[in-house]
Amino acid sequence: MAQNSQEWQEETLRVDQTDLHIVKGGSGRPLLVLHDEMGHPGWLKWHSAMAREHSLIIPLHPGFGRTLAPEWIRSIRDVAGLYSLLLRQQKLAPVDVIGFSLGGWIAAEMAAANPDQFRRIVLVAPCGIKPERGEIRDIFQMMAPDQLRSSVLDYENTPEFNSLFGGIGPEQFELWEDARAQTARLAWQPYLHNPSLGHLLEIVDTPTLLIWGKQDSIVPLNAGEIYQRSIPGSRLVTFDQCGHRPEIEKLTDFLRETQNFLA
Amino acid sequence: MHISYFTERPYRYVPNDMVIRNGFFGNPNKFFDPVKGGQLLNEYLDEKLLAEELGFDGVMLNEHHDTSFCMGSVMNVEASVLARITKKVKIALLGNPLPIVGNPLRLAEELAMIDMISGGRLVSGWVRGGGSEQFASNANPAFNREYFNEAHEVVIKAWTQPGPFRYEGKHFHYRFIDPWVLPIQKPHPPIWIPGLLSPETVEWCAEHRYPYVALATFLPPTVDLWNFYRDAAARHGYQVGTENFGYLQKVYVADTEEKAHDIAKYDMFGGAGIGYSLFGQPQWMFPPGYNSKQATSRIARQFTAPDATQGSPWATAASGQSAQQTRQNISAAQVQHRSGIWGETRDSIDSTREHIFSSFPEVERQFQIICGTPRTVLPKIRKVLECLRPGIFFFWQNDGPIKREDRINNIKLLGTEVVPAVREMARELELKSPFEVQPGSRPLPPSGKPESVGSLEPLAGLFN
Repeated sequence: MAQNSQEWQEETLRVDQTDLHIVKGGSGRPLLVLHDEMGHPGWLKWHSAMAREHSLIIPLHPGFGRTLAPEWIRSIRDVAGLYSLLLRQQKLAPVDVIGFSLGGWIAAEMAAANPDQFRRIVLVAPCGIKPERGEIRDIFQMMAPDQLRSSVLDYENTPEFNSLFGGIGPEQFELWEDARAQTARLAWQPYLHNPSLGHLLEIVDTPTLLIWGKQDSIVPLNAGEIYQRSIPGSRLVTFDQCGHRPEIEKLTDFLRETQNFLA
Repeated sequence: MHISYFTERPYRYVPNDMVIRNGFFGNPNKFFDPVKGGQLLNEYLDEKLLAEELGFDGVMLNEHHDTSFCMGSVMNVEASVLARITKKVKIALLGNPLPIVGNPLRLAEELAMIDMISGGRLVSGWVRGGGSEQFASNANPAFNREYFNEAHEVVIKAWTQPGPFRYEGKHFHYRFIDPWVLPIQKPHPPIWIPGLLSPETVEWCAEHRYPYVALATFLPPTVDLWNFYRDAAARHGYQVGTENFGYLQKVYVADTEEKAHDIAKYDMFGGAGIGYSLFGQPQWMFPPGYNSKQATSRIARQFTAPDATQGSPWATAASGQSAQQTRQNISAAQVQHRSGIWGETRDSIDSTREHIFSSFPEVERQFQIICGTPRTVLPKIRKVLECLRPGIFFFWQNDGPIKREDRINNIKLLGTEVVPAVREMARELELKSPFEVQPGSRPLPPSGKPESVGSLEPLAGLFN
């Protein structure tokens, strides 16, 4: 994890009976950040840029290494429920949210259950919906470093790629294994999607922005088109020459879209 | 001592290069011919009959999926046939992979029927299934231990608790358990647990007083594990004896030393220590959540510091580490070879093949494979018996591309010349089987300090 104690700090909050580890940084209107299936990748450039106008609240998902998972959490919808409790407890609703991949799915489940807890929703290449064309890539048949590399279009020419997770070391490898194990517990079958989600999203009347890399090889763009159809009034923005991590692969475009939308 | 016969029942017509490149798991099944496979399965059944005729006490089966390494994809089907066509031998199933069966109640019924048809000759074992097996059955690897424990509970209850009753667990749910097929053996068939030295499994065996069968593991760590079992057993209030331990040993015999070596050499692709490591690529051997926290830490170090494996992975494999360590080292090296994630591809298929064959003398020196004429294998087998003092002994052979006549000769020599001599050794060494002494029935010594069963002393000087 990138270390910059000037910009962020970590605290623990007890929600239900779970001690949630939360990374916090920045000032301004709160922004709930839900990380992806590999864990919180560290404080990146987009965090710094966004932290100038927002207070970032980044909970480390239960079971992803730092936050221990309670026995009752057995699905993504359960995680969504835990975060709804967090919002209620901290009196944060209606809050802005940005979710990446698995974190985007959590945000979508929260919205489907109660759209009023959000002011604006940004979903970055969320899983959760089964594409009609193509398949969500089977990350469980890959080792973690392969999974990480395939999450961007061109890891050798993505400047911030080597900063992700602070690189590949034994401690990080173990954290990835924790994350992958918990992802398996929550979403082994049906694989990284919930068949009812698309139907239940019709209730969402909160402004929603979907961001997708056209060359995403983890969650195909077609899933984004279905998301867009399912959430009334939502907008799908796509970036060319971009994989599953637009926030580092297309940083400038990503910041422009999200900052305008969240303004 | 209980003496049993085992082979993996491989599909023998698989391109050798493909296995070296990919491992045994994940190869397309277009290379499988069911006519040839059917013929082989029948030959293997006939070989079990021959083993019975020659005086083995038992025959053993195991189960693997999606691999040419072992065609026993549903070994209960083979066991059903054996239940009918054999007359005396115990039929040991080591083991049914509890986490991947999906419906443990049906498993309880299948096994009850095998016990009934065989007249009470079933020995039922359980395994977690290899990493690749979780993919083959789409069983969530992160719940592997939980599935194992809960499925075990369902089976034992179905066998022992009068029905009808309800069961509501975390993973398995039954509103009506009342099977009208039950094992003849009471309270249930003997349960033996095979494994590759996982301490968690051994702890569990000691708790349940189930004999533990080490699957051709390296001898020194096996003795350590016997002592681990001994201490766990003492915590549960009993003294371990030979009846708590079984060992699976590769033994190849032929009329001449040269012939025996020639046959055994190809076994390196079949199953012993080094061969097993070819089982599958790491992404299939280490699915998410399948390993314990401790094992994951070990894997993390090996995968992120590939230099730790030092040079040829195949040489490392034969250096006397536990089979588990060996497997991890080799899998780590396979990552390097195959995906080039952390380094350049270092070895070609030919040089890998050469590594495998060139490490055969070391594998033999470590007793991972014992081969020779009946006269030359017996002193080595005696060393293993003196070292591990198992009450159950499985002969494992006939993997790899071995001709039928050689396989038959192998079994005949074992049955007529090796088994009687081993039986005599076991009598002399007082190696009691679980059929002679109930596992877990020995009281602790008055001091409360348990005595060891195995010892490294008989190996003194051998592995230095």
